[in-house]
Amino acid sequence: MRVICPKCGERDLKEFYYQGDVLALGRPDPDADETLWNDYLHNRDNPSGVREDLWYHEAGCSAWIVVTRNTATHEILKTELATSRKTAEEGNA
Amino acid sequence: MRLDRGRLINRARPLRFTFDGVSMTGYAGDTLASALLANDIRLLGRSFKYHRPRGVMTAGSEEPNALVTVSPGQGQEPNVRATLLELYDGLKAESQNRWPSLNWDLLAINDFASPFLGAGFYYKTFMWPKAFWEKLYEPLIRRAAGLGALHGTSKDKSYEKANAFCDLLVIGGGPSGVMAALEAGRAGLDVILADEDVTLGGRLLSDEGEIDSSPAMQWLETVKAELNAMENVRIFNRTTVTGAYDNGTYGALERVGNHLADGPKGLVRECFWRIVSKRTILASGALERIIAFANNDRPGIMTAGALRSYINRYGAAPGRSYAIFGNNDSAFETARCLQSAGLHIAAYVDSRSDSTLQGDFPIFRGAVVSNTAGRGDLQSITLRHIGGEDKISSDVLAVSGGWNPTVHLSCHMNGRPQWDETTQSFLPQSGAIPGMVYAGAAAGHMSTAACLRSGSEIARKVISDLGAKAASLTLPQAEDTPYAIKPLWSVNTRKGMRAWVDFQNDVTVKDIEQSVLENYRSVEHMKRYTTQGMATDQGKNSNVTALAVLADVTGRGIPETGTTTYRPPFSPVSIAAMGSEGQGKGFAPERFGSTHQIMLERGAPLIEAGLWYRPSYFPQAGEKTWRQSCDREVLAVRHHVGVCDVSTLGKIDIKGPDAAKLLDFVYTNTFSTLPIGRVKYGLMLREDGYVMDDGTTARLSETHYLMTTTTAAASQVMGHLEFVHQCLHPEWDVSFNSVTEHWTQFAIAGPKARQLLSAVLDHPLKDADWAFMSCGAVSILGVKGRLFRISFSGELGFELAVPSRFGDSLFRILITKAEELGGCVYGLEALNVLRVEKGFITHAEIDGRVTVMDLGLQRMVSQKKDCIGKTASERPGLMDCERPRLIGLKTVGAVKQLTAGAHLFNEKDPVQSAYDQGFITSVAYSPVLERYHGLAFLKNAEERMGEKIRMVDHLRDIEALCEIIPPVAVDPKGERIRA
Repeated sequence: MRVICPKCGERDLKEFYYQGDVLALGRPDPDADETLWNDYLHNRDNPSGVREDLWYHEAGCSAWIVVTRNTATHEILKTELATSRKTAEEGNA
Repeated sequence: MRLDRGRLINRARPLRFTFDGVSMTGYAGDTLASALLANDIRLLGRSFKYHRPRGVMTAGSEEPNALVTVSPGQGQEPNVRATLLELYDGLKAESQNRWPSLNWDLLAINDFASPFLGAGFYYKTFMWPKAFWEKLYEPLIRRAAGLGALHGTSKDKSYEKANAFCDLLVIGGGPSGVMAALEAGRAGLDVILADEDVTLGGRLLSDEGEIDSSPAMQWLETVKAELNAMENVRIFNRTTVTGAYDNGTYGALERVGNHLADGPKGLVRECFWRIVSKRTILASGALERIIAFANNDRPGIMTAGALRSYINRYGAAPGRSYAIFGNNDSAFETARCLQSAGLHIAAYVDSRSDSTLQGDFPIFRGAVVSNTAGRGDLQSITLRHIGGEDKISSDVLAVSGGWNPTVHLSCHMNGRPQWDETTQSFLPQSGAIPGMVYAGAAAGHMSTAACLRSGSEIARKVISDLGAKAASLTLPQAEDTPYAIKPLWSVNTRKGMRAWVDFQNDVTVKDIEQSVLENYRSVEHMKRYTTQGMATDQGKNSNVTALAVLADVTGRGIPETGTTTYRPPFSPVSIAAMGSEGQGKGFAPERFGSTHQIMLERGAPLIEAGLWYRPSYFPQAGEKTWRQSCDREVLAVRHHVGVCDVSTLGKIDIKGPDAAKLLDFVYTNTFSTLPIGRVKYGLMLREDGYVMDDGTTARLSETHYLMTTTTAAASQVMGHLEFVHQCLHPEWDVSFNSVTEHWTQFAIAGPKARQLLSAVLDHPLKDADWAFMSCGAVSILGVKGRLFRISFSGELGFELAVPSRFGDSLFRILITKAEELGGCVYGLEALNVLRVEKGFITHAEIDGRVTVMDLGLQRMVSQKKDCIGKTASERPGLMDCERPRLIGLKTVGAVKQLTAGAHLFNEKDPVQSAYDQGFITSVAYSPVLERYHGLAFLKNAEERMGEKIRMVDHLRDIEALCEIIPPVAVDPKGERIRA
């Protein structure tokens, strides 16, 4: 599998560390409701089809990347830096 | 018998080889199969289940029968296909699955017992008594059934992996692949042409035929020369593409040095390639299939195309009198080939009554071969025609049941091949692999002209897709006879006769019928019930025939019956090649620090710490056990001074205006208020509230910190910091750099630490200088370094850091000076004893299941700020005082030893998990206290200080009575550390 790092370009899967669902970006406030924290820490959907996860270009440029991919076809639809995603979200909020 | 032809053998280079100990001669360019046939050896092995005599059936990687063991003995290679094994001088090969010998195999008795050994017999017999299966039946079956074996010890480890990238990967070097590569090469694309054979050409190497009115070989030589001259074209000979994976990634196995005499000289045996291509043209050709008829498995029966290969390519004639049996026009060529070689054709049997074949040899139209006879190998065939049956003497039978396009790679990502009525074969499903297109016979184009045309057209499409421009190229002219075929899968056999479908796994038409009879009607069920297609050849020449027979028996059509799933690898890949990076240093690279040489010189046994190698202890003359050395080193630190290389700890340089903010967020305690020139111990949590790592962080300037992590967690912490920054707070201006290998750092500990330091510092230390937990720049013998007043031993301690290139020389100086002061260099064992005596934690304690409360460090969680893991750490379950907490232990009974990993029980309780009170994480024999000191986690620890508890170690069978004491056993007030 090949992942396109927004900084380095197309790279082999071996260079990346896979973290999991992109919802890790949305850390709740410290005093948020415990169900929010529970969802953030533990509850994960496992959809067949398009999903977004976080990957870390560990053996490369150290970028954390949001990868949009299809778990059924292994197609990678989009990759973007986690920082760009966060910054865009902050802008919208 | 050797003929006076053979395009690819070099008669000037005869080669000696042995088969089953018998010495023979072949020529350079031969395979073992062709050399054996030329030496009139037709029996090559015994079949898997019935131990039937078997010979060469094909001339390629699809071979089911002719498997041999190469270089018997240490490092022997089993199950090598003789049809792929290039002959070299001194080659030693042995047949397999026979005992005591190939010609006289005792287990051939299985063949007579065949009525009891049909499909599914495993499931019905050997059922009783139950215990017999594992002890008796299975070992017996495994011994009787099988292939070659590994020797058990390896000879060399010379396999490797490699990566390659290209615009276009062409799989297969037959006419279509070569044509495609030529087009793409001329258009300037970066091309890899991967071909399984030793040289390009595919069927052109074996068949008659002309291209542009000259022999095809002549055209081939011209094209090969042009391709070889192109810098943008790489030709991978002897390379089988074995799998298609995501995003244009392909696995391929190259036979690099395996085919050379005397084993590889500086060459690896095999290389496993990972090829990444933008586009791929599958030009893998087609595999000829056999027809199922009674006793169709005798040595001497082979595919028609294979026979042409042996005659034209190798000049090896497998017999004297030839019969041909086919259902399609491609078999005609075999008759032409035999005639031009002057070989006798005893019969041409064409199942089609309207066959257009003409020739001056006996032709039987609308007839079939219904049986064969011979002692061991083939001696005669029985043919059945409208008028009845005739027996014809013939020792070679060439069979063609049609051709199956080699669609395998197109199916590796769930693609399902499509049935094509015209060619009576499955064709690859378009778009099944992103970026892959199909050309030539793989796409159902059977004539040479059609292959050339298809290769060219497909390549031109790819060229324009990739934005390049095709060069002008005139399509060569070649034979363009249409491929005419009428289906014939199996010939009706009389009762009691067996017609083979899968030769390698001994599956017959009857077995497939039996499967249907027991209601295993789906192709996937039939496969598993009969084991058809499950051998090392993966049913390359049997799958389609088997499912056609199944379709016939069940009354369904072939498309409805469908195929089983094709999975990688296309052909067997040795685990040694795939795992070549995964053993030894490839599995665990070695990381050596700058003082590695000194450890070796001093004979220090090395211990792995992650990938690092650290010294356990430094033995001195007269010391017989590690404990003697360790005790001496500990006492030297406690009484004088010790030096230890602690460079393997992770060092992360953190810079930026928001560095302090970030540290406050990742550590439980506060670093923003840390004054410049000071160091602080910090504790890091995971977001779920458990302790992740600990270490000290120094503030070097307003915006510059240096963090240390434990050796084991260095990369985890680095990733965590990047995560926190990029994913949670990208607005913070801060950056991280791993400087672990840039600095060599020495712990200098003991009452005489200042004296030792003063000897190397350009400005000697005064007692008042460098208060506990201070840090700053120093000059060491003219070299700029850093000094930290920190201690992991509980003694007056410093850590001195210098750029790594000075590590070796400074260590030598420090050791000499320490020895002059009565001290010494110390290793990890002593370091561990010193920290256990002081109750300091490592990852033995913070094992991922431990909270700050468990460690008794809850005061380190600042209540004035948020930090990673804080919210989750306050969950009631994690605050429960029932949770085991950190304590110290000492023995008070007759047994004086403590062991790490042992569990704790109340004195009167039964030793059962329900009564478990906790467990020991670290122990050390303390030469200062003259007893063992242990660190443990214990339930309700606070109320139980001073009580007795029982240690039980079931693994080592040790029990000891202990007293619960505080974790810190040496200098509990910390007077020495602050001295």
